[in-house]
Amino acid sequence: MSLALIVMLPFLGAVLPALMIRAGRGACAIATGSVTLLAFALLLTHVPAVLRGEVVQVGWEWLPALGLNVTFMLDGLGLLFAGLILGIGLLIIIYARFYLSKDDPMGAFYTYLLLFQGAMVGIVMSDNILLLLVFWELTSLSSFLLIGFWRHLPEGRQGARMALAVTGAGGLSMIAGMLILGNIAGSYELSVILQNRELIQASPLYLPALILILGGCFTKSAQFPFHFWLPHAMAAPTPVSAYLHSATMVKAGIFLMARMWPVLAGTDAWFYLVSTAGLATMVIAAWIALFKDDLKGLLAFSTVSHLGLVTMLFGFGTPMAAVAGVFHIINHASFKAALFMNAGIVDHETGTRDVKRLGGLLFLMPITATMAMIAAASMAGMPLLNGFLSKEMMLEEAAQTSWAGQGWIVPVLATLGAVFSVAYSFRYIVHVFFGPKRDDYPAKPHDPPAGLWLPPALLVALVVLIGLFPETFAGALVRVAAGAVIGAQVPDFHLSIWHGFTPALWMSVVAVVVGLTLLRLYPRVRALWQAGPHPEAKAMFDAVIDSVVLASRLLVLGLHNGSLQRYLAFMIGAAVVLGFAAFFGTTHAPGGRDTLPVGWAVMVPWVMLLATALLGVVLHRYRFVALIIIGVVGLVVSIGFVYLSAPDLALTQISVEVATVILILLALYFLPKSSPIESTNGRRLRDALLAGVGGLGVGALAWAVMTRDFATLSGYYLEQAKPAGGGTNVVNVILVDFRGFDTFGEIIVLGVAALAIFALLDGALRGRIARSLEGWVPDDPVSADRHPIMMVVVTRVMLPLALIVGVYIFLRGHNMPGGGFIAGLVVSIALIMQYMASGFGWAQQQMRVDYHAMIGAGVLIAAATGIAAMVMGYPFLTSAFDYFHLPIVGEFELTSAMPFDIGVFLTVVGAVMLALAQLSNMGLRLANLPVNTRPMDFDPAALRADGGKER
Amino acid sequence: MIDYAVMFGFFAVSVALVLNLWRLLSGPSLMDRVLAIDTMVINSIALIILFGIQQRTTVFFESALLFAMFGFISTVAYCRFVLRGDVIE
Repeated sequence: MSLALIVMLPFLGAVLPALMIRAGRGACAIATGSVTLLAFALLLTHVPAVLRGEVVQVGWEWLPALGLNVTFMLDGLGLLFAGLILGIGLLIIIYARFYLSKDDPMGAFYTYLLLFQGAMVGIVMSDNILLLLVFWELTSLSSFLLIGFWRHLPEGRQGARMALAVTGAGGLSMIAGMLILGNIAGSYELSVILQNRELIQASPLYLPALILILGGCFTKSAQFPFHFWLPHAMAAPTPVSAYLHSATMVKAGIFLMARMWPVLAGTDAWFYLVSTAGLATMVIAAWIALFKDDLKGLLAFSTVSHLGLVTMLFGFGTPMAAVAGVFHIINHASFKAALFMNAGIVDHETGTRDVKRLGGLLFLMPITATMAMIAAASMAGMPLLNGFLSKEMMLEEAAQTSWAGQGWIVPVLATLGAVFSVAYSFRYIVHVFFGPKRDDYPAKPHDPPAGLWLPPALLVALVVLIGLFPETFAGALVRVAAGAVIGAQVPDFHLSIWHGFTPALWMSVVAVVVGLTLLRLYPRVRALWQAGPHPEAKAMFDAVIDSVVLASRLLVLGLHNGSLQRYLAFMIGAAVVLGFAAFFGTTHAPGGRDTLPVGWAVMVPWVMLLATALLGVVLHRYRFVALIIIGVVGLVVSIGFVYLSAPDLALTQISVEVATVILILLALYFLPKSSPIESTNGRRLRDALLAGVGGLGVGALAWAVMTRDFATLSGYYLEQAKPAGGGTNVVNVILVDFRGFDTFGEIIVLGVAALAIFALLDGALRGRIARSLEGWVPDDPVSADRHPIMMVVVTRVMLPLALIVGVYIFLRGHNMPGGGFIAGLVVSIALIMQYMASGFGWAQQQMRVDYHAMIGAGVLIAAATGIAAMVMGYPFLTSAFDYFHLPIVGEFELTSAMPFDIGVFLTVVGAVMLALAQLSNMGLRLANLPVNTRPMDFDPAALRADGGKER
Repeated sequence: MIDYAVMFGFFAVSVALVLNLWRLLSGPSLMDRVLAIDTMVINSIALIILFGIQQRTTVFFESALLFAMFGFISTVAYCRFVLRGDVIE
């Protein structure tokens, strides 16, 4: 349990800094630190078990059908990484408290940091690789927030975007690789996968899986050629750089290679892919680091180089190389985090981190200088410091490795990398702290407050202690972590300073001598470098991104050009082609069902439908006339529903028609009253053909269906409506009971649509559209009577009658045509009448109802009905009904579908009214007319109040 | 007897609808068309009621009720649009 808590604590604690920042920066930092400290303490409770070689596990099933389970495990490797993440995290939190200025939003910073920390701990402790992928993506996202923390800096934003693009792409590749791997092994649990080395390596999918997984690792760990994002991520505040690039984010790729080492390593493919990438990264990045003038840039490339070193070691595939890799992870994290914090101190206290503007700081900042010298010397691999030990082990392994049959390539290149490493490490010391004192530092340099130098000092102490007594301070951890990597017996080794005159020692000597010589001849070396080519990774990255954007834009705009006619043409065209192809592909017998007789009274509406449809085609450019014609079509359709025994549909259609006409008229007010002719004759012919063929096809299909006998679901519903749903109106019982869940979804959609209309129009009332509408005047002459007395009186009389009809239709809905939806429309129209008669402003003042709240209440009531069933122990939205008897009223029925229908009713009223109100509100604002204080323009009541002067 | 009366009713209403349709098609003014659809709604109410009488059922009565109650709203909206431009102001 406490294992899961270690992972969850940073996530849970992430809200703390955001809240605590109100209590001050100190309180905020303490709260954040306590979270991490608690997680670290929990981790430490597991140390004895892990050191005994046990694997602590805990887990629950989450989505077993997908193989996704919440399972955590802690072995030596996980302990090492979790310790680094939480331990260095704690130091970073202290350091950041003093590093961030008063203007920086510290609460947000610590929240991001904790989210990132939780994601990292999640990666290293996940037992399920799908869960691991989730955390992997979370690190990409949270590191994006951290790298772009100074969002006022364009470099920060661009760096964050680049990091997200590169590591995100790698994450995609990783997902694919992991899925393949899980598929081969038959399980997504790491503990199972790690047992299946032979099975996985024998699979033909091994190579694709390997390449895809390495794609994720290499991008995350900034391996050549994906190394370029890391230096650009240096635009982040220094605590972020120190955290992400020493101990955590970039180590995630390394971690995964170590984690997968038992199953993936040991093949030729692994060796050549991983060790070559690592070797190339190590040498190239070290070379570039030598010429970086930005301290953090230097450290960034040095980080890339050291990551290459570790990657190369894992790539060798031998157990001893894995031990060296694990050891170097510890050492690199300690000295690199210290150096990053050191660079931050220099930047903080002198105002610059440009090497060319620095120098001579030794006596101005003695503490800082001492720590920098120790940490950088460790990075260079000088004896008595921890960097020396792991670098010796690396050189020893390199000396024994032959690449493509050539025994000299790896040792020579490894030595070369070490040479550059010595050179840039000493450059950090010499060019910053030695040399003459200058008088042009941007700020007056002095040692920082203890809060800034103590955290790196702790790390520097670790550097020295491990360097002097490696077996005491790191031996056990290295052994157990390496054991987890290798997955078998750890080779017998002893961490010590002196190994005798081995080849590695001579390589080290060469590295130091040549490295120092390079630094001595620095101006000349630099001139040599200046002459060479400098491929600019950012420009290339931008070019690639630009071309991808261009390509997708071409593709999208090619398909999706914004023309409704075009989309319709393609949709209908596709349907026509598919339908006719299917029809002519087989043989058909004519349907045998008898047709119904058609009386002449039925012919009349049918002729009306045909005639108005044709008229609509002819007159569709005159939008108002077209709207009248559509009204007739709706009328005939409503009559059709009556005639064809669908009274519920008829009621709905009649009310929807009215609401639609008003809605379109409201919108038409702002639109041109006729459509311009834009299409060519050819296109119109095409559209006519498509429409004709499509219509004939649909008609034929309907005919074919109706002339055949087939079994429908109707029978079941007709039989079950009364016994199972307690209602005789099958339509309503289906809506509120059988398919209640669908209805529930639909009212949510309806509410969302209304809110979207509101939001869109509300936006239109401000901004660019509002300004362009401001100069707009109605294009037709208008009557002077805004609120005619006759209409006001009629609608006022109609209101109670219409409301009673609404209640009546609602109440009878379960057994007779009606229900909440129709009642909602009826009530809406009754209200709209008032708005039309007396104007929006006046009516809105009388209606003290918030339509937003009405929609919300409707959905909530419907949901509560469903949840009530769950409380009773039934599935969501199970309905119940019973019959009751009251004196006078007599026997009546109560169903749980009734409150659900009330929810539907409220949502419908709210949605319709919100959309209409907002549209008319828009017209009101544009018209700039005052809101009337009386319901009608000519008010007889007002006359009487005046004493009837006019009479 | 009632069947003959209903038959006659159907005949009369149908003729009225055809005439409405003619007014709708020929116009000539906007208000003619608006009046055409308004009258069509009235005749539709008659049609529905007659159909209910013929079928000996009251189940269609509410449809006629809604038409009667709300049919004029569309007409009013059309008219407001012609008169004022803005339907709800």
